[in-house]
Amino acid sequence: MAKEPKIRIPEQVTKGEAFQVKAMIPHPMDSGRRKEKVTGTVIPRLIINKFICEYNGRQVFSADLHTSMSANPYIAFFLRGTESGEITFTWIDDNGESITTSRNISVQ
Amino acid sequence: MALAGTGFWPATATATPEEAKTLIKKIAGGAKLDRGKVKIKLPAVADNGARVSIMVTVDSPMTANDYVKAIHIISDGNPYPETVSFTLSPGVGKAEVAFYMRMAKTQKLYAVAEMSDGSIQMASGQISVTIGGC
Repeated sequence: MAKEPKIRIPEQVTKGEAFQVKAMIPHPMDSGRRKEKVTGTVIPRLIINKFICEYNGRQVFSADLHTSMSANPYIAFFLRGTESGEITFTWIDDNGESITTSRNISVQ
Repeated sequence: MALAGTGFWPATATATPEEAKTLIKKIAGGAKLDRGKVKIKLPAVADNGARVSIMVTVDSPMTANDYVKAIHIISDGNPYPETVSFTLSPGVGKAEVAFYMRMAKTQKLYAVAEMSDGSIQMASGQISVTIGGC
């Protein structure tokens, strides 16, 4: 479906510290209201409607997206560093197709 | 990034302020709408409605017993009032989210926070949109 997402996250944090996560995925977020410039046919709705963030397998943050979200949806949020491990990000579109990426974090 | 050519929403197909208020009431589920803990940061004027930067912060310790469960963003000038809903947990440590959204026209934006004790906190902001986009 979409191209490779971009994640910005610190590599190392202090235990108990809340750190910012920035996540963006290239996607047109077709709202179903836009028309093809040449033919005038309506481009069907196809958006990413779900974003999920898991920290060592535990869901800590998620978002339900609607058509008002901009193309290339960007979400910034915080996580508290509790233990070293893996943070997984998943995006799901209207067709049920998903893309997942993960980053390692070291908690000192 | 491919931001150009995002097109326009027909002016007739926008959520009304009443629809936005109905949705807020539905989220609140009868709870009182309190103000003071939610802060919504948005530009006073958006030149490009295709990509408007929004930041919402909720005053909460984000502990296991006292945290923000969800933050809902509601627009009263886009085709649908629902914009995005965030589900939080004590694991986020800080109740702050930022994102980009589309705005069809000049409108009021609401941020409604569901707290872990069942109370509802909200804030709103007014924004002037020069060129609407979606």
